[in-house]
Amino acid sequence: MDLTNATMLRMFEQMTRIREFDERAALLMEQARVHGSVHLYCGEEAIAVGVCEALNQDDYITSTHRGHGHLIAKGGDVERMYAELFAKATGYNGGKGGSMHMAALDLGIIGANGIVAAGLPIGLGVAFASQYQENDRVTVCFFGDGATNEGAFHEAMNMASILKAPMVFVCENNGYGEWSKTESQTSVTDIADRAASYSMPGTIVDGMDIAAVHEAAIEAIARARSGGGPSLLECKTYRFYDHVGRDFGVLQRDPQEIARWRARDPIKLWREELIAQGVFDGKTADEITAAIAASMESAIARAEQAPDPTPEALYTDVYSETQV
Amino acid sequence: MTVKTMTAAINEAIDQEMGRDDRVFVAGEDVRVGGPFGTEAGLHAKYGDKRIVNTAISELALTGIGVGAAAVGLRPIIEIMIMDFVSVAMDQIVNQMAKMKYMLGGQARLPIVVTTHAGIDSSSAAQHSGSLEAWFCHVPGLKVVMPSNAYDAKGLLTAAIQDDNPVIYISNKRCMQTSSEVPDESYALPLGVADVKRVGSDVTVVAIGRLVLDALTAAEELAKEGINLEVIDPRTLSPMDTTTIVKSVQKTNRAVVAHEAVRNCGIGAEIAATIADEAFDFLDAPVKRVGAPFTPVPFAPLLEKQYLPGAQDIVAAVRSLYH
Ligand SMILES: Cc1ncc(C[n+]2csc(CCOP(=O)(O)OP(=O)(O)O)c2C)c(N)n1
Ligand SMILES: [Mg+2]
Repeated sequence: MDLTNATMLRMFEQMTRIREFDERAALLMEQARVHGSVHLYCGEEAIAVGVCEALNQDDYITSTHRGHGHLIAKGGDVERMYAELFAKATGYNGGKGGSMHMAALDLGIIGANGIVAAGLPIGLGVAFASQYQENDRVTVCFFGDGATNEGAFHEAMNMASILKAPMVFVCENNGYGEWSKTESQTSVTDIADRAASYSMPGTIVDGMDIAAVHEAAIEAIARARSGGGPSLLECKTYRFYDHVGRDFGVLQRDPQEIARWRARDPIKLWREELIAQGVFDGKTADEITAAIAASMESAIARAEQAPDPTPEALYTDVYSETQV
Repeated sequence: MTVKTMTAAINEAIDQEMGRDDRVFVAGEDVRVGGPFGTEAGLHAKYGDKRIVNTAISELALTGIGVGAAAVGLRPIIEIMIMDFVSVAMDQIVNQMAKMKYMLGGQARLPIVVTTHAGIDSSSAAQHSGSLEAWFCHVPGLKVVMPSNAYDAKGLLTAAIQDDNPVIYISNKRCMQTSSEVPDESYALPLGVADVKRVGSDVTVVAIGRLVLDALTAAEELAKEGINLEVIDPRTLSPMDTTTIVKSVQKTNRAVVAHEAVRNCGIGAEIAATIADEAFDFLDAPVKRVGAPFTPVPFAPLLEKQYLPGAQDIVAAVRSLYH
């Protein structure tokens, strides 16, 4: 697949942005400057970026509890995201949602979700609306391997197939759901196999290889956009850290397993690839990373100083005040 | 007697019932590692995969395991890790386990306990902070238990496991780390019996879950003003021991009900209506309800604090009875 240098560079930057964002989110949680549960996306960056780089600006995504990466990849502003983590009025949800509920409807980000698999039926509805409104937008639902054991997954897949809904189901198979191994929970080794039950293509892709994810996403999205119906893309990946935060201390994972996956860090692999292709050299890559890290620091500093929600905010937004 | 947390007390009740009766088993998400709050800590090592069933993230099927297994003679404990997730399992709870005995003309016996963890707990936001006990109190066929402390938690859970009916057993998250004296041996506290946590003469406060502790705090503060609260913990919300509540109000002539759930259509409304029905002539003031505002639970710590009903709300409600 031919990618322009600009695209390859942007992919590197976006993955780095996600990594630098979440590494700091983890620290902020540990320092109790951020409250609530923070589920880190570290290790899975190639999926969000590889897929979202294949989407148009007006396409839609639904996300999960592990959603920071999806937001950034779809164009989310990191200062507003940090502000949400800090529960500030300037956050994406005005401080009322937090990590697990971040959304930016104007960017087509229908939202993270605290309920496993709940994004899939919602994504189906969004895709249905695109058919109804006869726009050519595509909806991508991101979800974990664990989510595919919920009824919501199966119902949404079936109906999406029947309706030929313009959507792509992107499973981030990171080998775990909380502290249980996927193989102990799930009747198939490859989630992609589940697509067959719903008469849609199921593709397995190396989730640490952004070029591979991107290529598969382009195909699935094109199919959805052209009326060919939904497909399931299973990205094999790994959660570098614990279910919540970096180390929750519940499950000791095999250090060799971690090291094996760490060696295939998607950002590291992509950096090597771009150096090999002459897109940049190591020094430039380091400078890009350092600049992104610095931008995170200033985003954090600004976000933390932003105003808190007013006490009245507790009572607003329960109902809409408008009417047709 | 040993001082134990409510979490440890729950763990002990499950352990002792599993030890006593091999039909008892636990199924839930991540129960192998002790469950998200440690209520099953150490049990997998003791009872193995057969009786500590670590399930997929499939609340509907997991609850169905409870219904089906109970219908043919087992005594399941089904853990729904966070109360908000019961919504995913609602058909099995409301349409199946609650109604089966009745619909089947009495044929079925469903000794199931659904355990779950409710309430606010440091910015868990709108989908992980729910107190949804009233949903289940509205469903005939279910019993609903909500302890406020470790001693009650153990005795009530033991009774719930031994009961031949479906019981929704709700632990308030902010109660779980509180401690009290808990006997090491097994004991059951009868379901449907309230407990008077503080004897008083001036105002009856019927409080639920965490608000029981808050009511006791409020009682200390109000005692300084010469207002003597009687604090009643129903412990079982369905069936509820209204006799104890009504008798208390007949003595005090004033009542406040308090819970963490939203006030609207909360179980407090049922209690207030019962007091109005059965003790109207004894009341010197309207029955006041303390509960959360009618909004989803906000994430921001500041808003969460503002949202959360507590001792000061009870104090204010009691004072308002004297104006
Ligand atoms: C309906 C529901 N059940 C359980 C949970 C608790 N929970 C949150 S994330 C999670 C694991 C999800 O696993 P997976 O879908 O593989 O996503 P991952 O965390 O691995 O990215 C669980 C069980 C929940 N939030 N919602
Ligand atoms: Mg997973």
